[in-house]
Amino acid sequence: MKEWRFWLAEQRQTLMAIGIFAVMFAIYVANHPAGFTANVVQTAANKSVLLAFVAMAQTLVVITAGIDLSVGMIFILTNCLASWLVVGGAGATTLGVIAVLGSGLACGILNGLIVIYGRLQPIVATIATGAAYFGIALLLRPYPGGSVNEDLADALTGKLFGVVPASLVALAAVVLVVWVPFSRSVLGRAAYASGSSEPAAYMSGMPIRRAKFLAYALAGLLASIGGLFLTFFTYTGEAAYASGNAYTLFSIAAVVLGGVSLFGGKGSVIGAIFGAFAFRTIGDLLFVFDFDPLWQPLFQGVVLLIAVSLGAFGLFRVRNRLEWFG
Amino acid sequence: MTSQETATATPLFSMSGISKYYGGVRALEKAELTVMPGRIHAILGENGAGKSTLIKIMAGVVASDEGRLLLEGREVSFASPADAASSGIACVFQELSLIPDLSVADNICISNPPRRFGMIDRQAQRVIAGEALARAGADDIHPRTLVKDLPLSRRQIVEIAKALARKPRILILDEATSALTAGDVAKIFAVLKRFRSEGMALLYISHRMHEIAELADECTVFRNGRNVATYKAGTRSETEVVEMMIGREYKNVFPPKPVYVSRPEPPVLECRDLGWDDRLRNISLTVGEGEVVGLGGLDGQGQRDLLLALFGVLRGITGEILIDGKPQSIASPTKACDESIGMALIPEDRKTEGLMLPMTVRENLSFAALDRVARRGIIDRDKEEQLIDEMVRLLTIKTAGLDIPVGALSGGNQQKVVIAKWLMRSPRLILLNDPTRGIDVGTKQELYALLRRLADQGAAILFYSTDYDELIGCCDRVLVLYDGSVINELSGDRLTERALVASALNVDQARMKEVRT
Repeated sequence: MKEWRFWLAEQRQTLMAIGIFAVMFAIYVANHPAGFTANVVQTAANKSVLLAFVAMAQTLVVITAGIDLSVGMIFILTNCLASWLVVGGAGATTLGVIAVLGSGLACGILNGLIVIYGRLQPIVATIATGAAYFGIALLLRPYPGGSVNEDLADALTGKLFGVVPASLVALAAVVLVVWVPFSRSVLGRAAYASGSSEPAAYMSGMPIRRAKFLAYALAGLLASIGGLFLTFFTYTGEAAYASGNAYTLFSIAAVVLGGVSLFGGKGSVIGAIFGAFAFRTIGDLLFVFDFDPLWQPLFQGVVLLIAVSLGAFGLFRVRNRLEWFG
Repeated sequence: MTSQETATATPLFSMSGISKYYGGVRALEKAELTVMPGRIHAILGENGAGKSTLIKIMAGVVASDEGRLLLEGREVSFASPADAASSGIACVFQELSLIPDLSVADNICISNPPRRFGMIDRQAQRVIAGEALARAGADDIHPRTLVKDLPLSRRQIVEIAKALARKPRILILDEATSALTAGDVAKIFAVLKRFRSEGMALLYISHRMHEIAELADECTVFRNGRNVATYKAGTRSETEVVEMMIGREYKNVFPPKPVYVSRPEPPVLECRDLGWDDRLRNISLTVGEGEVVGLGGLDGQGQRDLLLALFGVLRGITGEILIDGKPQSIASPTKACDESIGMALIPEDRKTEGLMLPMTVRENLSFAALDRVARRGIIDRDKEEQLIDEMVRLLTIKTAGLDIPVGALSGGNQQKVVIAKWLMRSPRLILLNDPTRGIDVGTKQELYALLRRLADQGAAILFYSTDYDELIGCCDRVLVLYDGSVINELSGDRLTERALVASALNVDQARMKEVRT
């Protein structure tokens, strides 16, 4: 039976990301004083899901051969919003959550409108909108503060049945509700197609513009889910500029680690999630081996370089040098 | 079906008075075409006769400037390929429309995939793809293979299967068999004939005369953007067809050629058994000092690859390249431009490979020759100025100034800038890749004169053109490429349009003469 081989070829990038993460995480728990316990897993999960959500957002856009440099800022903006809105009783909290997710979606829609219908380059357009989103965040929270419905926060950051980290369950739920339908819809396929070869997609009569627009819009929504979780972990809102920028850049790193091609058309959200997990585990590894945290950026850089180099081997097979630039 | 029946049946699709202009260049003028159900209609014509534009209008890729499209007598207009597809017109394009990173099944079902609960049903999709592949006679291709992992010939079959999966009423095949092996072609032909018997209308564009002879019911010949003749297949000889395709008035716009004398040895460029991938095979040629050698043949028979190979762009080249009789390995364009070789390549697509459009005329002119006007990395402004002045005068570039963006110049003048840019290096070996495409007649004439002047000054010129007139008027010798190899060399009295077209189509010339007498 050859079927499994095709499956393997389709999932290779994702499996590689899972593999990298599994090895790193195994080393981490093996050397952790507490070992493989529910608490260790929960802490690791909570640290990782934030980047995982932002990386998911980035993936959707990167698949269309675009890039969204505002995801980190949407993440920060929705954190600040949530620290005002997700408070009070069950009814008020629910409305607050809807409002926060709605604003994230609106940010994504604005990006999409500018990039696709305004035909601006995604890098410039999203740097600009990102700055604007951060500006709003700063107005909302000039100083760190605010609060969040702690019952909800604790429920979503704790453990389910005393074992499974609730944040991971939430992540899986989002994958199921957002990614699975997207990747199997006609628009999702058009997103892949336009990232892989836009002229061919056009010639095949695919809805390219709607697909790209949807990718940017959903990216905003996913980043806002990340922002919501940030609020659940910290109980406050903070317009942290450095943190927003870091999440944007790390999301690109996670996407690359997860086997999503920056040229578009290739990769999946699952890969990017494990890419994010792996990227986060670097810090934990340094911690269990008692390295100074000062080493962390250097190590993250080296790991990323290695991962990117692995992806560049294909260039050696190019026979027409003009294709290097294509 | 007899011809009488054809005359009384209603056409499935017809186009009338179709005109299309690209900028000032006319691609189609008042073209007509009528497509009947259950017939295979072949379209013939030279490069640039307007066939591709016609197909693109039919498939909704470009809109016509004038004219009407009628589907079963109803006027229609297509705003996009999707519009045309929903009217039952499917097109297998010459440039493939497959998405490389998606699987064969994804590609085949791309426009209307089977869905369950709103999501694409991959299982059902694989079944549909498998059926479409089987109908195209390619059940050995697994639906889950990624398109980019398939060789070109297999991709072309997938492209055909993709069109079939749409269950079209009109199927257009534009050079759809150009990369197929004889075995694959036979399978496809059987399929096409079956579709004809089921009442589908097929439009078949090919340069392969024997394929048309085997397949077509009707043929329409295009020339200079117009349909010049429509006839029942088999009622015209190959000679007559070739003549219909040429039939152009011949204008004397070319500078006189010098009388052929023995060339100095060794030649500036010689290649022996040059090969690359399966795109170039056993190419041996020489270009001597003062000689203009043409590369002819249909589009895409390896001419462009040959020029790129010589210029050091391609990797994995087999065979030998000799410059001035000495073997050289040209590993990069930098090496090719080096003084010791002195090669220049005037590219086909001036907008992407030749010019930096937003930068000024002056900057564009100096790019390729910076090392010649600089000393220890510092540009000598006076020397640069002097060279640029010389070039602007030599090529009579019409520009409002040297410091305006080159993108503001007319197409012809842009092309002059590209050529001037390379001439600033005083190259000894000049490769030209269809340099006159899309420029006006006046500029063309200036370029012809320039080429001859450069040759007289001792340059060796290798000149690829899709325009047969140009090859005949400008070149001392013409090598005709077919399927990646040189199949004929024409010079002197043998260099005629008839001989060029015949060689390009790989039609036996002896047989043509026979038919004629």
